[in-house]
Amino acid sequence: MATVIIPTPLRKFTNSATRITILATTISEAIRELTESFPDLKKHLIDSDGEIAAFINIFVDNEDIRYLDVGKTELKDSTVISIVPAIAGG
Amino acid sequence: MYQFIQFSKEELTRYNRHIIIPEFGLVAQQKLKAAKVLVIGSGGLGSPLLLYLAAAGVGTLGLIDYDVVEDSNLHRQVLFGIDSIGLSKVDAARERLLNLNPHINIHVYETQLTSKNALTLLKDYDVIADGTDNFPTRYLINDACVLLGKTNVYASIFQFEGQVTVFNYLNSQGERGPNYRDLFSVPPPPGLVPSCAEGGVLGVLPGIIGSMQALEVIKVITGIGEILNGRLFSFDALTFESRTFNLKRNPTNPLNGTNPTLTELIDYEEFCGIKVVEKSIKEITARDLYDWQVRGEDFQLIDVREPLEYEEVNIGAQLVPLSGILDFADSISREKKVVIHCKVGGRSAKAIRQLEDRWGFQNLYNLKGGILAYISQVQMPLGSH
Repeated sequence: MATVIIPTPLRKFTNSATRITILATTISEAIRELTESFPDLKKHLIDSDGEIAAFINIFVDNEDIRYLDVGKTELKDSTVISIVPAIAGG
Repeated sequence: MYQFIQFSKEELTRYNRHIIIPEFGLVAQQKLKAAKVLVIGSGGLGSPLLLYLAAAGVGTLGLIDYDVVEDSNLHRQVLFGIDSIGLSKVDAARERLLNLNPHINIHVYETQLTSKNALTLLKDYDVIADGTDNFPTRYLINDACVLLGKTNVYASIFQFEGQVTVFNYLNSQGERGPNYRDLFSVPPPPGLVPSCAEGGVLGVLPGIIGSMQALEVIKVITGIGEILNGRLFSFDALTFESRTFNLKRNPTNPLNGTNPTLTELIDYEEFCGIKVVEKSIKEITARDLYDWQVRGEDFQLIDVREPLEYEEVNIGAQLVPLSGILDFADSISREKKVVIHCKVGGRSAKAIRQLEDRWGFQNLYNLKGGILAYISQVQMPLGSH
């Protein structure tokens, strides 16, 4: 089972969970699984066309999924998925 | 031309602990002294950035900010103390930094960075450090750096989370690294990501992240170590976990992808979907306010500065610091005219906007030029010394 690291700004939508274990075997399934468990996450991860939003980044073991197989990127049990949102505070 | 940089005896003593590091040495110190770094924003990130860059001996430091120091800044903006409250940030910063290191030059720009002035302000600096607090300015700085070919040492924070990277870096092979638009091609929809003013930030976090930003500025200038080029460092203060993600240039980047379409700076508030037309607010001059007082006109006078500033000098107004103005709304007259003032007019304008937007007030007047204008144009106020 892969692990998703939830960044600070999104933890209010995951009951403060910082890491979530998922059963999914691809990124698209992982996002579906996450947003089904935590529906409020949806608008932070998915754009109006149902695609993975361009204003966030998803990394699989430190590599950007845009340069892997995007939604079809496969996940192993040891995979760590990081969601990196835009933050602008200074 | 750092090779020709010389140091006084005092400077050699000051920088001794740098110079004796074998990987650093006199050459790196010369590079620092020859360098010109522009820090944009002197808030939570700007504070440690400026302190460490000044201390390290960066020869020319530029600083852009248009805000004044408020009490609520001090839990994280360690550049300032209570003596700075009410002062412009750039003036307070300059004084503090020259006190720390008199061997450097400091140029301050008390202005908002805009699409009109950005290229002019940035062009004379070698490295830009972005410590601003909003998406439009971050895209503006990024685009200006790419158009000018400048390295942008970037950091941002939110609550317990910090990010650091070096954008648009030209490596020794002549290859240009990724920039902000490669990472975030579009900003989040307005309102989705709160600012620190809305969402809060743990005060020590910008201390950690801003210090890392200063580290990367120093590495970029001196060429030591492995620069955070093409890598995004992310730190979670709650779990104490950090990760470093690999970034790549995106061929669809409109600035410098395969088919560039952005060749000049744009309207970044519009780009970020937060363009608001600011309503003009009603103003009163110090002379007119004085006439009202002499005539015995019935009006309410409110001072939105901090208690320490009020103690130092006031004109007999009710003291309600800006941070508490919305909670005070019930005690503000809706019938009489109400004059709100601060030191020079910035905070009182904010107070009026907040009261008008939130509670629909229509009888509020901003004292033009604040208490300083009143003192210089009218009379010495009550309690002045």
